[in-house]
Amino acid sequence: MFRLRLVPDNTRIPFMGYRRWTLPISAILSVLAIVLFITPGPNFGIDFLGGTIVEVATKDGSDADLASIRSTLSGLQLGDVQVQTFGTPNDVLIRIGQQEGGEAAQLAAVDKVRAALGGTLEERRVETVGPRVSGELAWNGGLALVVTLAAIMVYVWFRFEWQFAVGAIIATLHDVIITLGFFVVTGLEFNLSSLAAILTIVGYSLNDTVVVYDRIRETLRKYKKLPLSELIDAAINDTLARTTTTGFTTILALGALYVFGGEVIRSFTAAMIFGVVIGTWSSIFIAAPILIYFGLRQDALKGDKAEAAEKKGA
Amino acid sequence: MLHFARWKVVAIFVVVFAAALAVLPNFFSKSTVESWPSWLPARQIVLGLDLQGGAYLLYEVDRADYVQKRMRTLTSEVRRALLEEPRIGYTGLGTQGQAVQLRLRDPSQIELARTRLTPLQNPLNNTLLGGSAVNEFDLSIGDDGLVRFSYSQQGLTQRVRQIVDQSTEVIARRIDQLGTVEPSIQRQGEDRILVEAPGLGDPQRLKELVGQTAQMTFHLVDTTVATSQAEAARKPNTLILPSAEDPNVSYVVEESALLTGEDLADAQAAFDHQTNEPIVSFRLNTSGARTFGTVTTQNIGRPFAIVLDEKVISAPVIRSAITGGSGQISGGFSIEQANDLAILLRAGSLPAKLDIVEERTIGPGLGADSIRAGAIASVIGTALVCVFMVAVYGVFGWIANIAVIVNVLLVFAVVTLLGATLSLPGIAGIVLTVGTAVDSNVLIYERIREEARAGRSAISSIDIGFQRALGTILDANLTTLIAAVTLFYLGSGPIRGFAVTHAIGVLTTMFTAFTFTRLVVALWVRWRRPTKITL
Repeated sequence: MFRLRLVPDNTRIPFMGYRRWTLPISAILSVLAIVLFITPGPNFGIDFLGGTIVEVATKDGSDADLASIRSTLSGLQLGDVQVQTFGTPNDVLIRIGQQEGGEAAQLAAVDKVRAALGGTLEERRVETVGPRVSGELAWNGGLALVVTLAAIMVYVWFRFEWQFAVGAIIATLHDVIITLGFFVVTGLEFNLSSLAAILTIVGYSLNDTVVVYDRIRETLRKYKKLPLSELIDAAINDTLARTTTTGFTTILALGALYVFGGEVIRSFTAAMIFGVVIGTWSSIFIAAPILIYFGLRQDALKGDKAEAAEKKGA
Repeated sequence: MLHFARWKVVAIFVVVFAAALAVLPNFFSKSTVESWPSWLPARQIVLGLDLQGGAYLLYEVDRADYVQKRMRTLTSEVRRALLEEPRIGYTGLGTQGQAVQLRLRDPSQIELARTRLTPLQNPLNNTLLGGSAVNEFDLSIGDDGLVRFSYSQQGLTQRVRQIVDQSTEVIARRIDQLGTVEPSIQRQGEDRILVEAPGLGDPQRLKELVGQTAQMTFHLVDTTVATSQAEAARKPNTLILPSAEDPNVSYVVEESALLTGEDLADAQAAFDHQTNEPIVSFRLNTSGARTFGTVTTQNIGRPFAIVLDEKVISAPVIRSAITGGSGQISGGFSIEQANDLAILLRAGSLPAKLDIVEERTIGPGLGADSIRAGAIASVIGTALVCVFMVAVYGVFGWIANIAVIVNVLLVFAVVTLLGATLSLPGIAGIVLTVGTAVDSNVLIYERIREEARAGRSAISSIDIGFQRALGTILDANLTTLIAAVTLFYLGSGPIRGFAVTHAIGVLTTMFTAFTFTRLVVALWVRWRRPTKITL
């Protein structure tokens, strides 16, 4: 009977042998991502910058005339205004920067846009975020990220040896940082949904890391004599079929969402798809080799001995 | 692992059946569901604003504006208190930021001033905290006769709290009149009010209706001076107010109001009998009618101004004494404007100005498009995953697919039963659940294959495979759950919508992995009695 296999049975890839290359690559990419995130920085959306977006569509379904919309709006003196199509050619997204004079001025600006475009265009969506709220959203978002990471670290620490917690957190931070870089490079808007995407990537990546760790721990108990790097290789190869199959199904589901789910959540899904790839990479090439550098073996053996001693005592 | 007690088998199928029953109403229209017998579930999923269209408006009490106005009324209260007989002489009465101050002419009157002014500190009853009463203002009187009322921090906080409560009630009354379906009006934090009105065709009108202070007052118009002169002369006890219709026209009116919105008993939109113009007819309460009767009797021939939020709507001349306590306001309204003004007057005024600090309005068309896109994406995503699973795992792939569908069913059932809101990010959470729900099956199957390759018999590989995989599934899903729960508690808006379905999805994934998938595999084993595993 035919069976599709993403990874042939008995695959033995010497992953840990590549760590001399993969770790520096990840380190360089991470530094690059941090630099890019600071300058030029991501394309922040109104959630964090404040301002307004107005989504309009032509009433008759014809293609929107961006040039005429731009010239109409530039006559309104609203400062920084961006006009672009959104998904389909008859759908247009207008971005209006934060106006001087607070929320009242912002709402007045939106009314002006409405009045100017009301003839041929139908309003589909208006979102305005004032400066006070945008500051809070940014702060709360950052807080959510930190608290999530901390909570997960505590959980992993509780369930495994401390080296695993350190490895998991470094791998996760790596994923977060690289994904931030992804936003800068692609120019995707960085907003509340992007933050949700990043936090979900954190969840997914950890899920993956924990599965690999679980197997490493199990192998560690089974083969006490095997060198640590070979042992980790065995664990990763044993779980490789699962890692790829799950990654692939998740990407299938997200891919459908990306193509058919509409423009509103497209940047969200794009980030998620990227995150699944990077999360899988980090579980294998970062979370695992870090265990070697933090001297897992000795500690684990000690732990086992202590456990055995306890059992004897009891 | 493959043995199930009979009651467990029954329980698992009961849960799945109950979930199917709970999801059922979502496939029918609301009216159909209402006609069902009462023992069938009738709850439907609450769609988020992004899916059904509507308005999300976050208001904040304008503290600065409120303090400024409160200082103005406090100043006139202080003036009135000092002018009582015997009069207390003072100079330099005025406001300074969050304080009102003045200097007594004669320091020997300090004690008299203290007894008169102390009541103006305005003790606020602090029933909520059960503690001692907090004064709205701190009063200090120096030996040199310097009197200072300043807002106490606690007093201001509590006033803002009261304002939010009162405003919430007023807004609720106003929206109620619009006949919107299930609006939600809640306090948020210390000084904010969140208004969510789903399925609204015209968010602009809602904004106008909710955001207006709608403070209505009647003033006599001072016809002795022209507007330009009054401005130059700063005539005491008068206000210069612009006309609502024409900003170039303004009126000089007496500062003290004859009547306020509080004196109104009712207001209705109507048509003028002669001109057929839309108007608002109003009726005053007893004391209001008495005052109005007296004033109109004494001032025949003089105009009075009907003022809404410091703009003059109209300034009719009093032709005869109005003692019946009812009248009408005409101001060149459209029918809708007359209607809205009547609503505002009936619902009462907001105690302070509210600013919109966040606004999201979604048209119904976009919402419908999003639902369609979300549904198509979910179906295609699920189909792709199912095909792939069968290609990889054959019969076991089918079992996984049934588990995935049960999973989606359970997520929808829980969302329906909890009354949680399903938004577009929420749909994304469900699609992601489909992707990861498969993960638990993959973990189990890969483990079974490994055990089979290691030379175990079919039954024993399945048994051990489940045993080993379930521990991993628990660990892996709990970490994901931690992430989802923190997202829910710390997130807002779209993040929350996503976190809800994602967290529920993780829980149902664990449930199906530990019970349903295991049961179906066990039933299959009992049926086929395999000796060799073809996974």
